[in-house]
Amino acid sequence: MENTRLLTIKGLKIEGRSGDAWHEIIKGVDLTLHKGEVLGLIGESGAGKSTLGLAAMGFARDGCRISGGTIDFDGIDLRTASETRRRGLRGKRIAYVAQSAAASFNPAHKLIDQYCEAPVVHGVMPRKTAEDDAVDLYRRMRLPNPDAIGFRYPHQVSGGQLQRAMTAMAMSCRPDLIIFDEPTTALDVTTQIEVMAAIRDIVRQFGTAAIYITHDLAVVAQMADRIKVLLRGDEVEEADTRSMLAAPREDYTRSLWAVRSFARAEHPSATGIPVASVGNVTAGYGAVDVLKNISFDIHAGRTVAVVGESGSGKSTTARVITGLLPPREGEVLFNGKALPASFKARSRDELRQCQMIYQMADTALNPKLRLRELIGRPAAMYLGLKGKALDSRIRDLLALIELEPDKYIDRLPSELSGGQKQRIGIARALAAEPQLIICDEVTSALDQIVQEGILKLLDRLQNEFNLAYMFITHDLATVKAIADEVVVMQHGAVVERGAKAEIFADPKEDYTRLLLSSVPEMDPDWLNRLLVARSGLTPND
Amino acid sequence: MNEIWRMIGQRLLLGVLTLFIISVVIFGATELLPGDLARELLGQSATEETLAALREQLGLNDPAPLRYWNWLAGVLQGDFGMSMATQKPISELVGARLGNTLFLALYAAALAVPFALLLGVLAALWRNSIFDRASNALALTAISFPEFFVAYTLILWLAQSGLFPSMVRITGSTTTGEMLYMAFLPALTLTLVVTAHMMRMTRAAIINLLASPYIEMARLKGMSPMRVVLRHAVPNALAPIINVVALNLAYLITGVVVIEVVFVYPGLGQLMIDAVSNRDIAVVQAITLIFASAYVLLNLLADVLSTITNPRLMHRK
Repeated sequence: MENTRLLTIKGLKIEGRSGDAWHEIIKGVDLTLHKGEVLGLIGESGAGKSTLGLAAMGFARDGCRISGGTIDFDGIDLRTASETRRRGLRGKRIAYVAQSAAASFNPAHKLIDQYCEAPVVHGVMPRKTAEDDAVDLYRRMRLPNPDAIGFRYPHQVSGGQLQRAMTAMAMSCRPDLIIFDEPTTALDVTTQIEVMAAIRDIVRQFGTAAIYITHDLAVVAQMADRIKVLLRGDEVEEADTRSMLAAPREDYTRSLWAVRSFARAEHPSATGIPVASVGNVTAGYGAVDVLKNISFDIHAGRTVAVVGESGSGKSTTARVITGLLPPREGEVLFNGKALPASFKARSRDELRQCQMIYQMADTALNPKLRLRELIGRPAAMYLGLKGKALDSRIRDLLALIELEPDKYIDRLPSELSGGQKQRIGIARALAAEPQLIICDEVTSALDQIVQEGILKLLDRLQNEFNLAYMFITHDLATVKAIADEVVVMQHGAVVERGAKAEIFADPKEDYTRLLLSSVPEMDPDWLNRLLVARSGLTPND
Repeated sequence: MNEIWRMIGQRLLLGVLTLFIISVVIFGATELLPGDLARELLGQSATEETLAALREQLGLNDPAPLRYWNWLAGVLQGDFGMSMATQKPISELVGARLGNTLFLALYAAALAVPFALLLGVLAALWRNSIFDRASNALALTAISFPEFFVAYTLILWLAQSGLFPSMVRITGSTTTGEMLYMAFLPALTLTLVVTAHMMRMTRAAIINLLASPYIEMARLKGMSPMRVVLRHAVPNALAPIINVVALNLAYLITGVVVIEVVFVYPGLGQLMIDAVSNRDIAVVQAITLIFASAYVLLNLLADVLSTITNPRLMHRK
């Protein structure tokens, strides 16, 4: 095996700067990769996956520095090599595929210009050859209209297609190694499958070695020959894919399954007048109807999960219920009584009844306000609390979301972790003492373990206060964990709705089946089987 | 492209409206000035009768709205009227001066714009280096001094030694080469005054983009720092740069009054000062409208260029 070794990292240490102090992000990690091998790197955010991936290119982001260890790429020591030497390798022999292709393609240039840049600048081939080559690779990546798609600008191409175009771009110089940094994380499940299949095929066709970074164990199971688990800059364990999935050695690795195994007690059945009822709502922006005649009910103490791909109208539904977007037709009933269409016409008490929690707690919390004000404002505004009563209410709310009141009450959002910020979002919604809380992708930006904590908290609060939840998500594992009822949306219409157990066990509609079958499973053969089942063709291997 | 033509049309209409409002404001403002055109023309020794007769002849006794209307009606027919102080047609007075002002503005722009953009790009490329700090410090120093001070300093250094003339005399036989030579000091002064603004905006617009994922992508494709800045950052930084350049070009046309006085440059600024002190309202109006048009047209040009250089606006989904 020794002679096929491509990348050998030994005792790698990387430091990041915060203020004047340097602290270790990667604390002495070893990594070996052979030619044509795919290594999966998994862990939560902050585990140092991307930092390690970039270090394999001899690259450290601004504010980071490689402080120890060796990085040997095919006999070249990337730490001691000159910057010019490293630059000559990047894009040519080691390429990178970023998480968000939409952000990583330059908006000012056409796709094919960006494709041709590396081969032409590195002197691998002339521009004309590179253009023909691009079309060929676009075709291999199964992009629609491969002859013409390169002549579009990034904003004219969908996210899944961009991700494939970026993989094609990484292949442009036929590198020995590609770093895939969460290439499918930002995509819908149905799109994710196409991208995963295309990436896997092309890596196999060219015998390219890859480091595949993700936080999703089920995804990495389809892609990698070996998996390395990272936690806070340290290696937890490494094993080949099948043995790790069959028998993970460490507790931490097992905990990465957490959300998928989270289950909660049964909720009361749906009886009586629903808390909120969406009746034949049609709504949209400008001349376009985003929602087409949708209806569903949400009962007290129960969770309705609204699922669908991005653009299916999930968040627009929330905007109609909260009155931010008055519908063109139909109405929203609250406890059997019609609500004014616009929030402007709703009374303070009607506004209080329905609160929202957002996906990005970072942007949903005013960074200049302390937690006391963030949580205290709705309590003061809706319930008229003042002085001592308000203070003790804020403390109660902090205790409810499991943050120690004395320690946290005067902190700013920037002094909290991502999960804690989301807890503040929950406390702010609770402060109004609502009957319905709309959770818009509240766990999507969080790591699995933090997600589990948030879901448990939401579940406990639901039982304690008999809250109704409308839970918007594209993550079916979360739906499985928390929903009582499921509403499946596509292109602004409700495709199917019903009790969770029925939808999961016996989906009636093709689209629901497609959605459910697209959720990656831990089984490393899952993608193969799925592709065979869908196309009736044999897979490439 | 149709959308661009529609935008140009709309903006031109709005521009005309702007010019109309400005002419009303300027007319009103000149009404508030103390003094009397008739007395300016005839001098202190004139008798009340001759003054009254001249006022009658010039129409100064008409109510202000009527005088404004008469002026506007003339302009709409392309007749800017006569300069009351010199009794020459305004188009003739302004025409030659406008040419001189535009010449100086273009001259200064030709020096300042490439210089400022180059400095800005290099400062962004070598950010926080000695070069960056020094060019920032120099540019800020130049902009912090009053214009006349910069002008006199340059005269002290470059005109006293006889290298360049400190006064600009333009006659009918002056060649372009002589113009360039004579106008060098005023152009250099203007360059020093406007460079800081454009350079710092260029630098900031580029640095603002350097944290973008697509910049990191370009670096990870092995592109050199120069190529990353020129090919990947600059095209996306064009809109703010174009706008600040347009604003400074407008300043080069309209803000040169002090410089023209210092270098005795026969431009619009000097003419305007003379007209204000003579209460020659028609001339003031004409020059003000030229200055306002410069702002309107340059801003329009900036918006059109920003749109054309943005693929998101040029190539819809």
